[in-house]
Amino acid sequence: MIDFSYTILIPLIPFFMFVFLGLAGWKFKPMVSGILGTTGLFVAALLSYYTAFEYFFHTEKILGAYQKLTGFNTVWLQLTDKLHIDLGVLLDPISVMMLVVITTVSFMVHLYSLGYMKGDTGFVRFYSFLSLFSFSMLGLVVATNIFQMYIFWELVGVSSYLLISYYYDKPTAVAAGKKAFIVTRFADLGFLIGILLLSWLTGTFDFKTLTGAHSPVITQGAGVAFMGLSLMTWSLILVFIGGAGKSAMFPLHIWLPDAMEGPTPVSALIHAATMVVAGVYMVARLFPIYFMAPGAGAGLEVVAYVGAFTSLFAAVIACTQFDIKRVLAYSTMSQIGYMMLALGVSGYGGHEGLGFMASMFHLFTHAMFKALLFLGAGAIIHAVHSNVMQDMGGLRKYLPITHITFLIACLTIAGVPPFSAFWSKDEILAAAFHHNKLLFLVEYIVAGLTAFYMFRLYFNVFWGKEKQYHHTPHEAPFTMTIPLMILAVASIFTGFIPFSKLVTSDGVAFASETEMMIAIPSVVIGLLGIGIAWLLYKKESSLPDRIAAGLGGFHKWAYNKFYFDEIYLFVTKKLIFARISRPIAWFDRHIVDGSMNGIAWVTTTTSEKIKGLQSGQLQQYGFVFISGAIILALVFGYLLIF
Amino acid sequence: MLNYGIPLQYFLIVATIMFFVGVYGFLTRKNLITILMSIELMLNSVNINFVAFNKYLYPDKLQGHFFALIVVAVAAAEAAVAIAIIINIYRRFSNINVEEVNEMKY
Repeated sequence: MIDFSYTILIPLIPFFMFVFLGLAGWKFKPMVSGILGTTGLFVAALLSYYTAFEYFFHTEKILGAYQKLTGFNTVWLQLTDKLHIDLGVLLDPISVMMLVVITTVSFMVHLYSLGYMKGDTGFVRFYSFLSLFSFSMLGLVVATNIFQMYIFWELVGVSSYLLISYYYDKPTAVAAGKKAFIVTRFADLGFLIGILLLSWLTGTFDFKTLTGAHSPVITQGAGVAFMGLSLMTWSLILVFIGGAGKSAMFPLHIWLPDAMEGPTPVSALIHAATMVVAGVYMVARLFPIYFMAPGAGAGLEVVAYVGAFTSLFAAVIACTQFDIKRVLAYSTMSQIGYMMLALGVSGYGGHEGLGFMASMFHLFTHAMFKALLFLGAGAIIHAVHSNVMQDMGGLRKYLPITHITFLIACLTIAGVPPFSAFWSKDEILAAAFHHNKLLFLVEYIVAGLTAFYMFRLYFNVFWGKEKQYHHTPHEAPFTMTIPLMILAVASIFTGFIPFSKLVTSDGVAFASETEMMIAIPSVVIGLLGIGIAWLLYKKESSLPDRIAAGLGGFHKWAYNKFYFDEIYLFVTKKLIFARISRPIAWFDRHIVDGSMNGIAWVTTTTSEKIKGLQSGQLQQYGFVFISGAIILALVFGYLLIF
Repeated sequence: MLNYGIPLQYFLIVATIMFFVGVYGFLTRKNLITILMSIELMLNSVNINFVAFNKYLYPDKLQGHFFALIVVAVAAAEAAVAIAIIINIYRRFSNINVEEVNEMKY
């Protein structure tokens, strides 16, 4: 048996980096602090690779299944004998995979930011927040129990908020940070209620107990029914709402596009590769419950349909946007929708668990190529100082490395073989095909849309007509191009990792083969999307505008993100604020405060009127005293006599 | 035994008159010294009552006499304190008119 207790260091190293840089970082030159933070992440990444190697190749399998190992555990809060909240490190295929993903992308982003954020006044602050985020995210994935997950879940929310509003002198960034925080916090309320319901039904927080073979989920039964679904199903749906908020699933997606106000490396790390997949990870972590709980199939259906709808919805919007980071943000939503859908259509165990495996596989490849896309976008923005596509064109001559790596990423996301996303997307489509033909069709269309909008972006930026630039765009410094190249290599080759042997729903390896019947049409529609984009955008022409005009209202509707921001504003400002909050505020100000003020007013006025009695005249007091005494004497005398 | 000398009622009438003279002086005079004297008058009217009741109700006991003596002693001490206070008031206000000494009001 291998001792995995050192794994606690993987989250702790970034944590110490955060504390150290936060408290003492200003004493060094900014670059020294940056390099310190990067080194910390490098060590964490090495430890993760070592852990992954040891876990996948040197641990004992029981009945061919990878076991859930507890690397480290400590009772953090002993509430009662039975109820205690632990903190620890749980190692199983998905958490080990996530360790690798997070530390890799985080290290790349740390390295990249050395160049991208150079000269920024908040350089040290940026690095300490990045370390805080890495710590929180690593703590989230290794959580041994659902409560630890919740704690770190909130921590990633906070670090996301801090990093989105990193440019705190920019009002839009501040508003975006608040929006992200409030929307996800609102969703987390659902998560918390879900956790409480779930732990009340099962009597435990612990993942191992919850998802094990003798899980109380099965023995406890479904509980009381509420609105046609069992309480267990409701708790799972509520938990999923939390996941949907973090993963920007419809209808809680509105924060993600605005979150692009943050620095681009942050978008790459938090809003593309790691934090936004926390929802997927959480559903995957609780997957045995979702699958096995009596009558909980409805939970999985919700996951699948929400995922499918979001992926289509986001892909349509992505086709109309001009801000390159926003296109990528919608593309992220769309891809996460894929992962959710794959989980929703998955079965449990062996080949039945194809969707689960595909989801995790896509999560892994997506983290690599989406981080690459964002970092590439960062390099473009770095060169032309603009986010908007119209300001770009013909950049392939000036940014050769960025161009090649960006092209690789675009081919990957479009699902062109042999790049990685081809393999993972193919597994997802296969899983969807065997479960539900409608969902398959939606995802099939989305695959084409994805290829189209990514290549629309690519041709607009790197081809087309050259624009007037302030200065000749120049290639980014090597600290920025090295991560691009590493991630490009990862995007090409991660598809060959045999995920079905490593990361499966029940830990047992199964053989998965590419189904030509699905692979060929998906490649065809991908190439079709690329072809249309090539026709429309390779040379600047008025054709795209004419098509947009031809679509009329629909294009405008999609361009304005289907007016969801406006709907939310209407609901909050016109309905909730005006109909509920204002009356409550009025009641508080006039009734609650009013009664207190009234009491105070009566007291003051009365005392004002009678304060003359306290005249300071000794003889006046004496007169009152003696009169009183005499009156009392008369009264008592009268009572005694009669 | 009770039928000789001055009847009790006469003592009580004198004491009552003395007491209310004291009360009247306390309430009307402005000079603090005169007010002090009025208080002494009231105390002494009480002393007369003590002695008279002792004499007429329990002639063979002495409690009333002793009480009268204690009141005299206390009155002496009280006069000393009161005069010390009056001197301090005079130092501060250059005046011992009770109406002027009204700092302790609202």
